[in-house]
Amino acid sequence: MKIAVLSGKGGTGKTFVSVNLVAASSNAVYVDCDVEEPNGYIFFKPQELITQNVSVKIPVVDPNKCDGCRKCVEFCKFNALAYIGGKIIIFDDVCHSCGGCVLLCPQKAVSEKEKVIGKIETGISENVKAITGILNTGEASGVPIIKKLIDDISSNCNLNIIDCPPGSACVVMESIKDADYCILVAESTIFGTHNLNMVYELIRLFKKPFGVVLNKCIDGENPSEEFCIKHSIPILERIPFCSELGKANSNGLIAVREIPKYKELFSALLGKVSKEVQG
Amino acid sequence: MKKLLILSGKGGTGKTTVAGAFIKLSNAKAFADCDVDAPNLHLIMEQKTKPIKSDYIGMGKANIDLGRCVSCGFCEKNCRFDAIKLDNACYKVNEFACEGCGVCEAICPASAIELFPQVSGELMLYKNDAVFSTAQLKMGSGTSGKLVTEVKRQLNLGNINTDLAIIDGSPGIGCPVIASLSGVDMVLIVAEPSLSGISDLERIIRTAQKFDVKTVICVNKYDTNIENTLKIEKLCNMKGLPFVGKIPFDRNIIAALNKGKSIIDVDCAATKAIKSVYEKTINILN
Repeated sequence: MKIAVLSGKGGTGKTFVSVNLVAASSNAVYVDCDVEEPNGYIFFKPQELITQNVSVKIPVVDPNKCDGCRKCVEFCKFNALAYIGGKIIIFDDVCHSCGGCVLLCPQKAVSEKEKVIGKIETGISENVKAITGILNTGEASGVPIIKKLIDDISSNCNLNIIDCPPGSACVVMESIKDADYCILVAESTIFGTHNLNMVYELIRLFKKPFGVVLNKCIDGENPSEEFCIKHSIPILERIPFCSELGKANSNGLIAVREIPKYKELFSALLGKVSKEVQG
Repeated sequence: MKKLLILSGKGGTGKTTVAGAFIKLSNAKAFADCDVDAPNLHLIMEQKTKPIKSDYIGMGKANIDLGRCVSCGFCEKNCRFDAIKLDNACYKVNEFACEGCGVCEAICPASAIELFPQVSGELMLYKNDAVFSTAQLKMGSGTSGKLVTEVKRQLNLGNINTDLAIIDGSPGIGCPVIASLSGVDMVLIVAEPSLSGISDLERIIRTAQKFDVKTVICVNKYDTNIENTLKIEKLCNMKGLPFVGKIPFDRNIIAALNKGKSIIDVDCAATKAIKSVYEKTINILN
């Protein structure tokens, strides 16, 4: 079972919900797909780390074979190659590793080299296996790391919680593509509601079953709750704003392991979600 | 025109709240929202007139003409994005996975594949007493870095004679952030006093430094964790980056935002703090 946790807006509590759901389960894997700013490891402090580099293929041109026909330059939709001063210049950071330049070069002058763009760390924290994708700073796209994280999820584990990046662009699409169910985390501000609307559209496009967790609820109006009611979206849980919880969270503590009432809350939420997925 | 970009690394630290306040405080004549896959600035920047809208054409998507397709499978084999799959004995393109690279189009022996341009988002330009450039990525279209570049280009085209432009950025450190960094004069990072916030802050600082952009830092909701706020001040000190102040957590802010107001319209502790952050930031920028 693969459950993706996403929100559109940043800082609504995706990592908080993901980490605690995993911690409340007896046999779960936590997969951090927010490779630009991964945070789950701060909570789990995983031990026995295994590190694996993730690389992409970048073209290399053999100047002795290149006859300057510029077929590669004209082909590249990402403008990753240019012909300047009688030779081909390659811009690694905009290359999408499609391999087109290699296929099309009439002189077979283009080959590929591996370029490391980040890594995946796997470790253990009590009953939890925590997997973190980390993009190197200065790199533009974490998609290849997310792709590897998602492809490597083993099918024999009962529960995999996928902590997604914020937004609604390619990195989010890659993170949710194989999910059996999506949990949308929304906060009670008009910003939260606007971005909830965006990811709501996105997951309907992907035809995923889903429910909403309303986080940091305060007394008074909750535009995100109103949105859910208006669109008949199931509300899985309402988590009240609580400064004790906020403090624990900001210090990298897992609420489920520290405060008994959150163990209850997240166990119940996990039960609800499992039922939704199976039913 | 000096351009100030507001970033955070971690999401939800208060970029848009701070950007909205800075725009009001400086009476900025030019501003933009570069968080194209979750834009929010327009929600607190009420505009009198409707925007000029234009389509953003992103990468093309492959389309297979099944009448011509000879089912050789060459496209599927060579697609690095797994965007072409055999479905009921027909090759089909998954448009969410297709990155528009054009490999399939170039190699198809039957010339059955063509890339079609796609509307991948919408650009909006408001021209009232100020120019406000924003955009919204179309759901499912993916590419946001190029749209960020378009938002900034549109702001420049606004052709307004002013000293200061304020740009609200997106979370993370990847392509939309890198696209927003190019050509700005300074970055203000809005940090959050949590261990996650500190980890993300260090990564966004490294990213800004790789692109050689001057960086200053403030902390929002500082009183939710005083110890971590102190750690951030120390971190700035160590890295020689100006620390321009701290803003307290204040429920009045949430109430004001939900009414679509900028926080400077409210008289509270957070407003006073943000004014001080603004003055220090502008001093350094100039």
